[in-house]
Amino acid sequence: MAVKILTEHINVPNINTFEVYRKMGGYTAVEKALKTMTPEEVVEEVKKSGVRGRGGAGFPMGMKWSFLAKPEGVPRYLVCNADESEPGTFKDHYLMREIPHLLIEGMIVSSFALGAKKSFIYVRGELMYVIKILEKAIAEATAAGFLGKNILGSGYDLELVVQPGGGAYICGEETALLESLEGKRGNPRNKPPFPAVKGLYQSPTVVNNVESIANTPWIINNGGETYAGLGVGRSTGTKLISASGHINKPGVYEIPLGITVEDFIYADEWCGGIRPGHHLKAVIAGGSSVPILPAKLILNLANGDKRLMTYESLSDGGFATGTMLGSGGFIAMDETACIVRNTWTFARFYHHESCGQCSPCREGTGWMDKVLERIETGKGNMRDIDLLVDVAKKIEGNTICPLGDAAAWPIASAIRHFRSEFEWHITHPQEATQPGAVYRGEMELV
Amino acid sequence: MTETTNPILFTPERLANAQEIIARYPEGKQKSALLPLLHLAQEQYGWVSSDVMDYVAGLLDILPIEVYEVASFYTMFHLDPVGKHVIEYCRTGPCCLMGGEDVYGHLKQKLGIDTGETTPDGKFTLKEVECLAACGWGPVFQIREKYYMNLTNEKVDEIIEELSK
Repeated sequence: MAVKILTEHINVPNINTFEVYRKMGGYTAVEKALKTMTPEEVVEEVKKSGVRGRGGAGFPMGMKWSFLAKPEGVPRYLVCNADESEPGTFKDHYLMREIPHLLIEGMIVSSFALGAKKSFIYVRGELMYVIKILEKAIAEATAAGFLGKNILGSGYDLELVVQPGGGAYICGEETALLESLEGKRGNPRNKPPFPAVKGLYQSPTVVNNVESIANTPWIINNGGETYAGLGVGRSTGTKLISASGHINKPGVYEIPLGITVEDFIYADEWCGGIRPGHHLKAVIAGGSSVPILPAKLILNLANGDKRLMTYESLSDGGFATGTMLGSGGFIAMDETACIVRNTWTFARFYHHESCGQCSPCREGTGWMDKVLERIETGKGNMRDIDLLVDVAKKIEGNTICPLGDAAAWPIASAIRHFRSEFEWHITHPQEATQPGAVYRGEMELV
Repeated sequence: MTETTNPILFTPERLANAQEIIARYPEGKQKSALLPLLHLAQEQYGWVSSDVMDYVAGLLDILPIEVYEVASFYTMFHLDPVGKHVIEYCRTGPCCLMGGEDVYGHLKQKLGIDTGETTPDGKFTLKEVECLAACGWGPVFQIREKYYMNLTNEKVDEIIEELSK
C-alpha cells in the first residue's frame, strides 16, 4: 500500500473529534514544532519537502513562505484558501468534512512558522456545514490548549477565524480572496505588490490551499527529506485527486505522485475503470481550467511512453499534446459525452464567474458562451470555430488574474483535439440537437 | 414567502453572534464581518432586502452602498423574496455528465416552475448555480446548508414530497 499522508486515518470512526484525532497521533507536530523548533526550522523543513501548492498553481510552498516580508511591528497573516470552486474539484471539501483537525493542526504549525498570531480559513459560503465542523474543531483544540494564548507554554499565541465566502469562484484567486476577506467585492488586485509584501489589510500575508497546509504536520513529524523522497522528481509527496465523471468509483483518492494515468483510471485501488460497456473518450485531468485531452493522449505521451500522474508528465508536450495537474480535478468522459456541450457548460461557468474587471475576460467569456450555445443549439456557422479560437487567444495573458486563461484553455483545447465534433454540430444541426445526440464520427476511444 | 417587516432587527441571539463575529477582526477592520453578517441576515429573513442591507451597514458603521455592492456581487445572497425552500441546482459540467440536466428537467416538471421562479404556494424557489464542489457525488443540489447528492428522478420525488409536508 502506498503511503498516505493525509488520509491514513480518514476512515477511523469519529476521527472528526479531537479525542480520536489526538489518539491517532494528532497534534504531535504542534508539540514538536512549538517545543523543539524555531519558526525558521519549520520553514526549512517545508522547503526541503518540495511540496508544491495544491490549489492548482503548483508553486513550491516553502519558497512562497520564504518571500514573506517581516517588517518590525507589523502583523503577518496566514490565510487558508478553502474556497474550492474549480469544477471537478472537491478534495478540500472532503478533507475538511472528514478530518477537520488535520487542517487545524496544519494551520497551527504553519502560522507558527510564519509568525502569524491571527490566521484565517476562508471557506466557500456554500459549505456552511463544513464551516460549522471546522468551528467545532477549533473550539475543541482551544479547550485542549492547542490554540489561544501561550500554546503549550511556548509563549506563542494564535487565534483561528473561519470566514465564509458568498458564492464567487473568483475568490479562489488569492488577491480576490483577500479583498473578499476585507468585506469587499472579489476583484483581484494588480500585482505587484504581492500578498507576501502587502496582503490582508496591507500586511504581509501568505495564502495557501487546504491540502498544502494539511501536509505540514506530516512534514514536521517525518522531516522534509522523507517527504521529498516520495513521488517523482519535483513532484514530491502525494496528491489528492477528485475523480468524477464516467468512472466506476468516483471519489477522492490520495495517490503517490508518479503512478501512471492508466493505473489511476483502471486499477481497483483508484477509479476502478470506465463504467461497464463504455470506453474512455477524453479526460480533463486538473479541474475545468486545464486543457482537455483525448483518451490516447491522456494515457500516453506523444512519444508513446505511459503518462504519469505528476506535474511534469501531465504537462509534457505543452498544450499541443499535454495538459496540467492543476487542482487534481480529474473528470473522465466516455463516448456518451458531447464535447461541445461539455465545453459550453464550462464557458457558461466562466462567463458567470468573471468578476467583470478586465474587458478581455468580461466581454470574451460572454462571447464564447454565446457562440458555443449557438453551435450546441444547431445555429452555428463554420466561421464560429475560428472565432472561438480567436477570442480565446485574445483573452489569454491579457487579464489581471488567471481566470481569463482558465476560461480560454478549455475551449482552445477542445477545438484543438475535437474539431470534427464542432464541425459536425454545424453541418448536422438537426441530428446534433436531438436529445442525447453525440458525435459518432471518427474518434479514438480506449 | 418570508417578507421583511420594519423595523429590521436581529434576534437577540443573532445580535450577540454578530457582535462576536465583529470582534474577530483587528480594530478598525470590522468591515471584514460583512459577508458573515449578510449570511446571518439571510438566515433570519430568507432574503436580503435593501432595508436589511441598511441595517447591516449600521451595525458595521459603513456606508449602505458598501453593503449593496457586495451583496449584489456574491450569488449566494437573494436580493428578491424567495420561497421557503430555495433549491440551488448545480448546472456545471461534471454534474451534467452524470445526467444532471435530465434530473433538472424532471425537477422543474415536478414543481411546475422554471429556473428563477417560485411555486404558487411559496414553498419552493428554483435557482441554477455553478459548481458546488461535490462533482464526484453528482448530480447535486443544495437547500440552505444541506447538500442532496447522487440525485435521480426518484430521489428528487422523495425529497420534494418530504419537504412539501
